[in-house]
Amino acid sequence: MADFPWLTVLLVVPLVGAAVLFAPTPARNWARQIALGFSLVELALVGCAVWAFDTGTAGLQQLTETHSWIAKLGVSYALGVDGVALALIAMSVLLVPLVVLAAWREQGSDRRSTGDLSRYLGWALVLETFMVGVFAARDVFFFYLLFEAMLIPVYFMIGSYGGDPARRRRAALKFLLYSLVGGLIMLVGVVYLGMAGPDGKERFLTDSLTGLVGDAGPLNITEGRWLFLSFFIAFAIKAPMFPVHTWLPDAAEQAPAGTSALLVGVLDKVGTFGMLTLCLPLFPEASQWAAPVIIVLAVVSVVYGALLAIGQQNMFRLVAYTSVSHFGFIVLGIFAIFPLAADTGGTPVAGSSFYMVNHGLSTGALFLLVGFLVARRGSPLIADFGGLTKVAPVLAGLFMVVGLSALSLPGLSTFVSEFLVLVGTFAQHPVPAIIASSGVVLAAVYILWMYQRVFTGGVPDNTPEQDERGLPPLAGLRDVRAVERWAIVPLIAVMLVLGFWPRPALDLVRPPAEQTVSTLSDVLVDAEAGK
Amino acid sequence: MTGFDTPQVDWALVAPVLIVLGAAVVGVLLEAFVPAAARRVAQLGVSVTASVAALGAIGWSWHRLNGIDGTALYAMVTPDSLTGFAAPLGALVVDGMTLVSQAIVVVVALLSVLVMADRTASREDAFTPMVSAVPGSQYEQLATSRRMQQTEVYPLVLFATGGMMVFSATADLLTMFVALEVLSLPLYLLSGMARRRRLQSQEASLKYFLLGSFASALFIFGAALIYGSTGSLSFTEIAAATVSPNGLEKLLLVGVLLLMVGLFFKVGAVPFHLWTPDVYQGAPTPITGFMAAGTKVAAFVALVRVVYVMLPGMGWDLAVLVWTVAIATMVVGSVAVLVQNDIKRLLAYSSVAHAGFVLTAVAAGWGTGDKTDGPWAVLVYLLAYALATVGAFTIVALVRERSADGGTTGEATALSQWAGLGRTNPVIAGCFTVFLLSFAGIPLTAGFVGKFAVFAAAVQAGAWPLALVGVLASAVAAFAYFKVIVLMYFPGRDAKVEDAEINTGAGGATVTMARPKAATVVATQGWAAVTIGVCALLSVLLGILPGGVLTAINNILL
Repeated sequence: MADFPWLTVLLVVPLVGAAVLFAPTPARNWARQIALGFSLVELALVGCAVWAFDTGTAGLQQLTETHSWIAKLGVSYALGVDGVALALIAMSVLLVPLVVLAAWREQGSDRRSTGDLSRYLGWALVLETFMVGVFAARDVFFFYLLFEAMLIPVYFMIGSYGGDPARRRRAALKFLLYSLVGGLIMLVGVVYLGMAGPDGKERFLTDSLTGLVGDAGPLNITEGRWLFLSFFIAFAIKAPMFPVHTWLPDAAEQAPAGTSALLVGVLDKVGTFGMLTLCLPLFPEASQWAAPVIIVLAVVSVVYGALLAIGQQNMFRLVAYTSVSHFGFIVLGIFAIFPLAADTGGTPVAGSSFYMVNHGLSTGALFLLVGFLVARRGSPLIADFGGLTKVAPVLAGLFMVVGLSALSLPGLSTFVSEFLVLVGTFAQHPVPAIIASSGVVLAAVYILWMYQRVFTGGVPDNTPEQDERGLPPLAGLRDVRAVERWAIVPLIAVMLVLGFWPRPALDLVRPPAEQTVSTLSDVLVDAEAGK
Repeated sequence: MTGFDTPQVDWALVAPVLIVLGAAVVGVLLEAFVPAAARRVAQLGVSVTASVAALGAIGWSWHRLNGIDGTALYAMVTPDSLTGFAAPLGALVVDGMTLVSQAIVVVVALLSVLVMADRTASREDAFTPMVSAVPGSQYEQLATSRRMQQTEVYPLVLFATGGMMVFSATADLLTMFVALEVLSLPLYLLSGMARRRRLQSQEASLKYFLLGSFASALFIFGAALIYGSTGSLSFTEIAAATVSPNGLEKLLLVGVLLLMVGLFFKVGAVPFHLWTPDVYQGAPTPITGFMAAGTKVAAFVALVRVVYVMLPGMGWDLAVLVWTVAIATMVVGSVAVLVQNDIKRLLAYSSVAHAGFVLTAVAAGWGTGDKTDGPWAVLVYLLAYALATVGAFTIVALVRERSADGGTTGEATALSQWAGLGRTNPVIAGCFTVFLLSFAGIPLTAGFVGKFAVFAAAVQAGAWPLALVGVLASAVAAFAYFKVIVLMYFPGRDAKVEDAEINTGAGGATVTMARPKAATVVATQGWAAVTIGVCALLSVLLGILPGGVLTAINNILL
């Protein structure tokens, strides 16, 4: 069954679901069930793909499919996954049905018209296709195509559904502009790189484009560095890293919780995934050259994001800033291998890869939970909450566990990845590792302080000002419904299992990391030795 | 020349042009001999039949050209890469570029004619019932109440189409000038025929005519100077003459500059773009779509021919000029798009910006002497642009204001009136979104493929600064397009319907309309819907599966 085109099927199934949801048929009345059905089928298919994947050679591209697509330009429809890509696809596909579940009530109560809900879920499924595609693309042009095309569903998911219309429009536009500018700069890089590539139908395959920079290739070192920058800027905006992170809090604040979960949990991973799978192999020398600056920026992201998170009044913004901090860790791990020596190991890269998966699970769950809170109280401000442990104990318990995962408590999978990143970084760059470690402490502050203000203490009565805003009394808040519980529990379960038994995940992410590092040291260290 | 040679005419190769121009003549005769009631149907029949027949003839030539390795046989007419057949006296060149551009022009004409013929329930089309009637006069009212119609529109469009087809197929400057006039004169006239806002329309017509005449005059003056310098009007002979210095280079240079100005005017490149917004806004919308797409295709192909065939050796001297114009056009066009509050002006400035992107591909490779993808990229871009342009203007023609009695009146061109269109008319808004995305060059639309082709050609020729300016300008323009999408889909409860200022352009006078009402999509006979559907479908298809078309264009150009 290894020859079966699993990845293509994974791309097609959500699109079919989206087509059903967009078509003006009576099926729209069952939008939730249809979306859930298709996303569960997709999840099952990912299970099959994992089964067809040979973990023994997780460092290599598997389940590959290559078809010529635009012959004149040398573009191929080329898919394939290594361990990291597969893990990320699995994580993304796991999140989608949970987002659908979380939207079960939230969207329904806000909007009776099922047309709206049906379109929202349709866009979510379209997004799922693009997410799977972007992680599986092995052709730089195809990757770019999906990277940009992803903006459209997200744009509509932020702009049409969510908070205050004027502000959410601005947030959607800001998101779009940041991404578009980054993407277009990358386009110049893609074109330039492609023109240097070999002629023929497979010009844009990632494999065809590696090794172009340097003495042996057609591009010189300076060109390589510029190209690296054009790619890196796009990915840094997407990730988002300091100083181009400002679109994220706005987008997360205005979007519905489910959108934010997908946006931050999956979409932003494309940025770090791109750094790992495109920047490093395509431009090894430039990556090494830029690494010191990137490490500094990553550490700044870690600390600055955490500090800003502490200061937030709005829970959505708070979670968004925690992500800026976490993305700092991921980027740190990816670039901590530089400068490469003959004995450099892949530990920090493996840690970062695993971190990407865990962060998706943890932040996804956190956004969904905040979404539940906001849907109940009608306000995202921390000051409007208090003492919820007494009113909604299950919600409080779930929040506690998910919050602890965000601060990387041992026993949860996030701890494993953060530990790997820090250990790996420390071996090469002790000072940045030490500074970044303070991010862990700050994480405890922002999570626990938020928990304290929202859940502990007495249940306050509404102030007159809150009454004026029409907020329902805190004491009457409902605990989580069964549907909502089902949206969170699987995520917690996965994090717990992987926390105590990370082996299966590490088996997936470690070989590609080692592979990446060994390929890089072939280029960088041997070239050095050759001189 | 020692004697008079009987021209050898390959009739099959000139058939597309002859069919279209012949149909135009037939159309004029129909005006004289067919009773008024039957004219519209007859004219429409002739136009559509001619377009389809011309497409067939183009297809036949395409087949012939694809099957023959013409390099050796016809090299005397067209140097190096641009191989082709010689039609009468070498004045017409039928090569790959001719065929592709003629095909695009004819398709644009066909799609536009459908829009022009489309009428509302009250049998109104976009044209005034009586052009000669003074606006607001009793005579005009009489013509309206009698439901007269100006069916001369159809032959005029066919004449313009024929001119465009010749314009992109010329191999000497005199034929090029004649074609320029044949395509321009009907358009000057058509611009003044709008049913509503007639003063604005007539002003557009006059403005277009005056500025266009200037451009034509500069063009012919430039041609004269070139003739004076090189002693020939034929592209190949001029190309040969420019190789060896004869002491008249300054004359040649001035001539070429003047010639370029004429062409830059036609493509709407900065700083010769100022007519576009006013003319695009004033002209009847179906005509705007037709001329925005058709003229640009023909003029760019002519420009490519001038640059690559007539002046391949002058790239070192003049590429900097095209570079400057390209950068200025992209920047000015994109920034100006941002501040428009009228949809037709927005699309007009957008077309200016697009002209800049195409110029990028024209400039790329000129003077480097290498074989480039420049002409190929130009054609791919123009194809994507033409589809989106015709489609977008068709939608503009359908989005109308509501009158007090619940009917529909003129076009709702103020942007604020488009707020919420995504809710009230999801299909139309969806198609418009596709066109805007294609303009913006978002992946999975034809516009992206075009943009990629253009930038790839530029980078390939080492013109990466042009590509860089291009992507930045794209980002700016994309912001403007997304603002329209935002407006259609997320109007927002707080959005104030601001009083739209319609800039008439006449001495800066503005008319402030009181509180424009939200727009609605007028119900028509449905032919415009065909155009919209075809354009939207092709824009998406070309974005997802462009392989076949790109290869076909590439093969025919070889």
